[in-house]
Amino acid sequence: MHKISTYIYTFKQGIINIGKNKMFSLASVATMAACIFLFGIFYSIVGNFKNIVKDAEEKVAITVFFDEELTEGDIKEIGERISKRSEVKKMIYVSPEQAWEDYKEKYFEGNEALSAGFEEDNPLANSANYQIYLNDVSKQASLVKYINQQDGVRQINKSDVVANTLSDFNKLLGYISAAIIIVLLLVAVFLISNTIMVGINVRKDEIAIMKLIGATDFLVREPFIIEGVLIGLVGSLIPIGILYFMYGRIISYIMEHFIFLNSIMKFLPANQIFKTLTPVALILGVGLGFLGSRITIRKHLDV
Amino acid sequence: MITLSHVSKCYTEGIPALNDINIEINEGEFVFVVGSSGSGKSTFLKLLTKELEPTEGQIVVNGTNLRKIRRMRIPKYRRNIGMVYQDFRLLKDRNVYENVAFAQRVIEMSPRQIKKDVPLMLSMVGLAAKYRSNPKQLSGGEQQRVAIARALINKPKILLADEPTGNLDPENAWDIMNLLDSINARGTTIVVVTHNMEIVKAMKKRVITLSKGVVVSDIKQGEWNA
Repeated sequence: MHKISTYIYTFKQGIINIGKNKMFSLASVATMAACIFLFGIFYSIVGNFKNIVKDAEEKVAITVFFDEELTEGDIKEIGERISKRSEVKKMIYVSPEQAWEDYKEKYFEGNEALSAGFEEDNPLANSANYQIYLNDVSKQASLVKYINQQDGVRQINKSDVVANTLSDFNKLLGYISAAIIIVLLLVAVFLISNTIMVGINVRKDEIAIMKLIGATDFLVREPFIIEGVLIGLVGSLIPIGILYFMYGRIISYIMEHFIFLNSIMKFLPANQIFKTLTPVALILGVGLGFLGSRITIRKHLDV
Repeated sequence: MITLSHVSKCYTEGIPALNDINIEINEGEFVFVVGSSGSGKSTFLKLLTKELEPTEGQIVVNGTNLRKIRRMRIPKYRRNIGMVYQDFRLLKDRNVYENVAFAQRVIEMSPRQIKKDVPLMLSMVGLAAKYRSNPKQLSGGEQQRVAIARALINKPKILLADEPTGNLDPENAWDIMNLLDSINARGTTIVVVTHNMEIVKAMKKRVITLSKGVVVSDIKQGEWNA
């Protein structure tokens, strides 16, 4: 444990070091900012893509029909069991009356007189069903299997192609995101550690002197770490600020100039993107600054 | 105080920089270590500061066996040894006061004590008026005084000096040697590695001569008149 005055001294020294090595500090902040800016752009794009896929997924439902002899109570009892499954996001019960109303609205619009003949005898009397929306379409098969095992289930309408396509696309998006994030992080670590190495090389004589006087590793290392962390903090706040400023404007521009996208795309609001992006970018910046300076200075401490 | 027993140091296999050295330096002694370039003088000092490990043999300084000392204990060990170098090795981005104060900061001395000790030490080396100067603004002799002040601020029992007059004109060189002599008179053991035979002969202290890594002579202080 060190004295409080030592912590204050090392903190002050870290700040003084930033001022003394202005060019190095600027280069480090610029490198960090560029890496986090790229990360932010990528995150915003992927976030919006995921939102589009999620939107599409939410529209995929399976419809479950039941045996004729089942009463509404029996059907609701089965529905109760299904609703407890983790795959289920939302369930809508469609009674035969509601099914007929929907059918009429869809197929007899403007020709209501034609449907009048069926009023006494609902042709969809056996069409009571549940429309089930899933949390994750890739889990559709397991839910369908479970429903099929229930007594009284007559038929399940589902689209394997849509579910599989969305599920595969989601997976692909996940892999691409992971790959790009790893590459970006590696590039960031390489660039940042190179910049810090240049800064430390300039000061390696100073480090050697400190060590020969009897300075502990802590006392030598701490100002460099404070420097790295502060550079990381500033280097992440700047791109986050710029991205926040740009995001809304870019979305408005796209929506104004590419009107056809309005019907197929729903962009995430800035708050939703930055609610996650801001802490992630700050942790990345501070973490990279901390690790970069700690790893780079380590080899110079053996004096 | 300093004991080297059968110490050898090889940088490359088969070529020893120091070969089977046996030296004993007592508390309060003033010792010159002389020899031509490549004789092993600097290696000798680096072994004492634990910058280098001996290939063979034992080194005991102030009761500490340097072969057994753990890495994390090295800073504490070094705080008991003052070091002065030919090129001064001052922190160029800090002023005179901060250079001397730094040695106290590393031992976590309280800021109040630092404020008390540093001006006293700077007065002792004759630099009280220049405490705000940057090392670049000082002459070679003044820079060496700052280095000595830094080396002594923590009251070490041993002061090691590697060619302390190597970059100085004769007048400044003598000033520095007189300063070291007065420090020795207060009880600090001093080991000076030097080329300057004029000073060595004039001061008539103990002189250990190294040649090709071995001790070729060891003239004690009292043996100069013989």
